[in-house]
Amino acid sequence: MKNRREIVGLALVLAAGVAMLTALGMAFLYAPREATMGDVQRIFYFHVPSAWVGFLAFFVTCLAGVAYLTQGRRRWDILASSSATIGLAFISMTVITGALWARPVWGTYWTWEPRLTISAMQLLIYVAYGMLRGSIDHAERRARFAAVYGIVAFVTVPLSWFAIRWWRSIHPDILVGGDGMGITPRMGQTLLVSLAAFTLLYAALLWQRVRLKETRDRLDGLHERIDRLDRYR
Amino acid sequence: MSFLSKVWAIAAKDVAAELRTRELVGAMLVFAVLATLIFSLALDLRGAMAQAAAPGILWTTIAFAGTLGLNRSLAREHRGGAIEGLLLAPVDRSAIFFGKALGNLIFMAIVEVVLVPLFAILFEVPTLQPGVWAVMGLGTVGYAAIGTLLAGMAVNTRAREVMLPVLLLPLAMPVLIGGVRAVSGLLAGSPFDAVGHWVGLLVAYDGIVVAVSMLGFGYVVEE
Repeated sequence: MKNRREIVGLALVLAAGVAMLTALGMAFLYAPREATMGDVQRIFYFHVPSAWVGFLAFFVTCLAGVAYLTQGRRRWDILASSSATIGLAFISMTVITGALWARPVWGTYWTWEPRLTISAMQLLIYVAYGMLRGSIDHAERRARFAAVYGIVAFVTVPLSWFAIRWWRSIHPDILVGGDGMGITPRMGQTLLVSLAAFTLLYAALLWQRVRLKETRDRLDGLHERIDRLDRYR
Repeated sequence: MSFLSKVWAIAAKDVAAELRTRELVGAMLVFAVLATLIFSLALDLRGAMAQAAAPGILWTTIAFAGTLGLNRSLAREHRGGAIEGLLLAPVDRSAIFFGKALGNLIFMAIVEVVLVPLFAILFEVPTLQPGVWAVMGLGTVGYAAIGTLLAGMAVNTRAREVMLPVLLLPLAMPVLIGGVRAVSGLLAGSPFDAVGHWVGLLVAYDGIVVAVSMLGFGYVVEE
C-alpha cells in the first residue's frame, strides 16, 4: 500500500517533468513568433496555465472543505490546505507573468484589467486563508474554520468576477482590446500541451504535499507515543 | 416560539445590551465621521472631485466601520462564554446566526442613517433619494451576513480582531464595487433602472452569502 503510493508519486513527478519540458520546448521552438507582440507573447503559455491551475486548486480546496465538514476526516483538511498552498504559488505566478507581459505590450506593469484584477483578489483571499490557518492552534478548529472560509471564498468568486467585469466595461479601456490576438493552430497546440503539463505538475505537487503532511502527522503521533512511554518509565 | 421570534429575541438582546453599554454604535459613528473627514482632507476633495469620490468614500467608510461593530458584537459573545449560553438555548444554529446578523445589520443601518445625509451636506451630492437607500440596504444585508460569519471565526483566532478585515474585505468586493457603482450612477442622476444590473448583483450576492453563511455559522460556533 505504502509502496504503491510512492510509485504513483514518482510516476506523477516524472510525467510532470517530461510534460513541462515538452511544453517549454514547444513554447520556445514550436510555437511561432507572434506578429505584433513578438517573443513576449510566449509568456502566455505559462501565464494561462498557471491561472487555470490557480482556479483549479481553489476549487479543490472548496470541495475538500465540503468533504471535511460532512465527514470530519483529517485527510480532507490536509488536501484542502495543500491545494490552497499550491494554488497560491500558481496564482502568484499568474499575477507576476501578467505584469511582465503587460509592461512591453500595454506599456504598464499594472492595469485594472478584469482578469488581472480578479487574480490579484484571489491572491489576497488565499493569503488570508493561510493567515487564518496560521492563527489557530487547535487542529480540529483550524480545519473547520479553513473549510468554511475555503467554501465562502470560492462561492463569492463568480460574483467578484461579474463585478469587476462590469466595472471595467462601463469605463471602456483601450488596453483591454489587446486580447484580440490571432491564435494559429501551433499556438493552440502549444497552449493545450502547456495546460496539460501544468495540470500534471499540480497533481504531482499535490500528491507530494499531501504525503508530506501525512508523514508529519505520523511523526507527531510517534513523538507523542515516545513521550508517553518516557513518562511511565 | 416561532423561528422569527427567536431571531428577533437574539437581535433584541444585542440592541438592549447596546442601549445599556453604548460601546459599539457610538464608536462606529465617531469612526465613520472621522474617516470621512480624513478622506476629504487627505484627497483634498472639493467641488466636482468630491462628488465623484463620494460614493467610494461612503462605502469604504461603512465597510471599515462595519468591521469595528462586527468584531465587537461577536467578541461580546465570546467574552465570558456567552456564546455557550446561546448554544445551549433550545434554538437552531441558524436562528442564532440570523439574530446576530440582524443585530449587526441594525447597528450598521444606524451608522448609515447618520452618514448618508451627512454626505449630502459635506459633498453636495443628492444622497437623500429612495434608490440610494435601497442600494445601501441591499449591500449592507450581504455585508452583515458574511461579516457575522467571519467575525465568529476571527474572535476565535490568536490574532482576534485583527483577522476580520483581512478575511472579510476581499470577499466583500462585490458589495463594494456594486454598491459604489450603483450609488454613483444614482447620484449622477441616472434612473434606478440604469443601475439595475448592479442591484441584481447585490441581490445575488445577498442570496448566496446569506445561505452559505447561515450553513457555515453552525460549524464556526460549535466546539
